[in-house]
Amino acid sequence: MTGVLAVLEQFEGKLHGMSYEALAAAQQIGAELGQPVYAAVAGAGLQQVAAAVAAYRLDKVHVVEHGLLADYTADAYTAALKQLIELHRPAYVIFPHTYQVRDFAPALAASLGRVLVSDVIAHRVENGALTLVRQLFQGKMNADVRFEGDGPHFASVQAGAFRSENAIKAESGGSATEVVTPVLEASRIRTKPLERFRESQRAVDLTAAERIVSVGRGIREVGNIALIEQLAEAMGAELAASRPICDNGWLPMERQVGSSGQTVAPKLYVAVGISGAIQHLVGMKGSKTIVAINKDPEAPIFEAADYGIVGDLFQVVPALIEALKK
Amino acid sequence: MKIVVAIKQVPARDSLLKVDKSGTWIEDADLSWEINEPDAYALEAGLQLRESAGGEVVVLCAGPDRATQTIREALAKGADRAIHIEMSHGASDPLALARTMAKALETEKPDVVLTGLQSDDLGYGQTGVVLAEVMGYPHATLVMSVETVSGGIRVKRELEDGWFQHVEMPLPALLTIQSGAAKLRYATLMGIKKAKSKEIRRVEAETASAAPSVRLERIYLPQKTKRSQIFEGTPQETARQLVEKLRFEARVI
Ligand SMILES: Cc1cc2nc3c(=O)[nH]c(=O)nc-3n(C[C@H](O)[C@H](O)[C@H](O)COP(=O)(O)OP(=O)(O)OC[C@H]3O[C@@H](n4cnc5c(N)ncnc54)[C@H](O)[C@@H]3O)c2cc1C
Repeated sequence: MTGVLAVLEQFEGKLHGMSYEALAAAQQIGAELGQPVYAAVAGAGLQQVAAAVAAYRLDKVHVVEHGLLADYTADAYTAALKQLIELHRPAYVIFPHTYQVRDFAPALAASLGRVLVSDVIAHRVENGALTLVRQLFQGKMNADVRFEGDGPHFASVQAGAFRSENAIKAESGGSATEVVTPVLEASRIRTKPLERFRESQRAVDLTAAERIVSVGRGIREVGNIALIEQLAEAMGAELAASRPICDNGWLPMERQVGSSGQTVAPKLYVAVGISGAIQHLVGMKGSKTIVAINKDPEAPIFEAADYGIVGDLFQVVPALIEALKK
Repeated sequence: MKIVVAIKQVPARDSLLKVDKSGTWIEDADLSWEINEPDAYALEAGLQLRESAGGEVVVLCAGPDRATQTIREALAKGADRAIHIEMSHGASDPLALARTMAKALETEKPDVVLTGLQSDDLGYGQTGVVLAEVMGYPHATLVMSVETVSGGIRVKRELEDGWFQHVEMPLPALLTIQSGAAKLRYATLMGIKKAKSKEIRRVEAETASAAPSVRLERIYLPQKTKRSQIFEGTPQETARQLVEKLRFEARVI
């Protein structure tokens, strides 16, 4: 059992952005362990995707082709990748921690009697042994995790933990590809995916805003949102929010920032009463200057912030509005 | 329809956490506890499903003695009865836990199993999916809503970038529920009273038979890597300092 296999995600012939991060992770871990590095991509009609993957330095690209993989289902993906893994027996299997991977990778690992180490943020190799770091308590704690016993060992990597630009390209001619056709039966696919759809037209385009003031659950009540509105006005900023605020209907969905909302990169992003969960961070960490106002000095948002005030927002925000008038 | 909702008790959201002596868990003696947030939405989805399709809602919870409090709260909100798998804190791996849960459900044969999509403490985001695999049920994750259709159920799944998708599947099935999709109900006084006499079946967790494939070595506060400037003092002072920096250093206002 040897090698590090990156299982990449594609949709309609295009690689998911986080696929390159998983590729970079597999290449780094492979190099440090002194093991070959492979990639696999599953779907139907994959010529273009296969060529895109083969442009990277890999010992082999497995192109898992089947008509029943055209529309994603957990059953078909689990069955197809299980066959690939049993055939090639990689020591490590690395996924990007996407919504799709959340949906099938835990079952795939379990079907082989293994546990996926999900949402990994860092790794290190000591004496040939791999240690993975993942977050607990919504980013308030880290944990070191190790694999026990024989592979295959499964891990998924968090958005942004590995940088896609670190993925190494193949020297010339590209890496070797091999098409594999799994044995799949339509009758074994129990779920039936229907059309994908979007809900609301976005009336507010947060991506165009130069400054954003964003409010989180620290605001406690819908009535208090007005305070943050005043701050936004004083800063000449658009108002945005974390997910729970929009879930509660306190602000419309279109003002949500994060992995299930908008991705923004303004000159200034002010996070008020937001803890800084990864799903929020991915939506705003590209901002040029980040300010955090939070009463908890250990809140993960401070790790992303350039400037921070530890304190009660109900005292800090009024003072800030005053100071901005001067 | 028999609906099982798996719920977990986790530290209250604003808890200040400290690593305990073992180095692999937190000091949990003085914490306050609450239901894992996505699980509260799973319970709500289960209660709504019962209202539309009939049947019963059975709460399944693995945890120590103190979890009884969270179980009672779920019963007070309207669950019919509960199964409590007695085990120490929840740091076991998702496969071992799913096997234990499947065992506890063997005689129940539920039509629908609901879980939250992930826990706020360990955050594996796997227990539901692995439980589906162990029980041989089809599953869907990140579910926003559930409706019954002929031949099974139709769910609305959240995808990335603001996309959604409907998925149909036969029963029995397992769904992991996303937070925020519905309005949570409160327990009524009547509900709280009734909960006292509802059945809680206690089962002992088996000692793990298979060797675990992952081991949690230690937990620790993340090291600060970014040098952010934190302002201290009265609200007026910190506000003044921040505005000055934003005007003259970052030049963003
Ligand atoms: C699949 C998935 C997708 C998701 N997508 C998104 C997304 O797109 N966007 C998003 O934001 N989240 C998303 N989430 C949810 C995310 O995991 C967090 O739950 C959420 O971001 C938390 O919001 P919050 O920071 O406002 O609330 P909390 O985590 O509850 O944080 C509140 C913060 O306020 C602080 N606070 C409380 N009172 C005060 C006070 N008086 N003064 C100052 N500070 C105070 C607290 O210290 C705390 O840090 C997603 C989750 C999942 C699983």
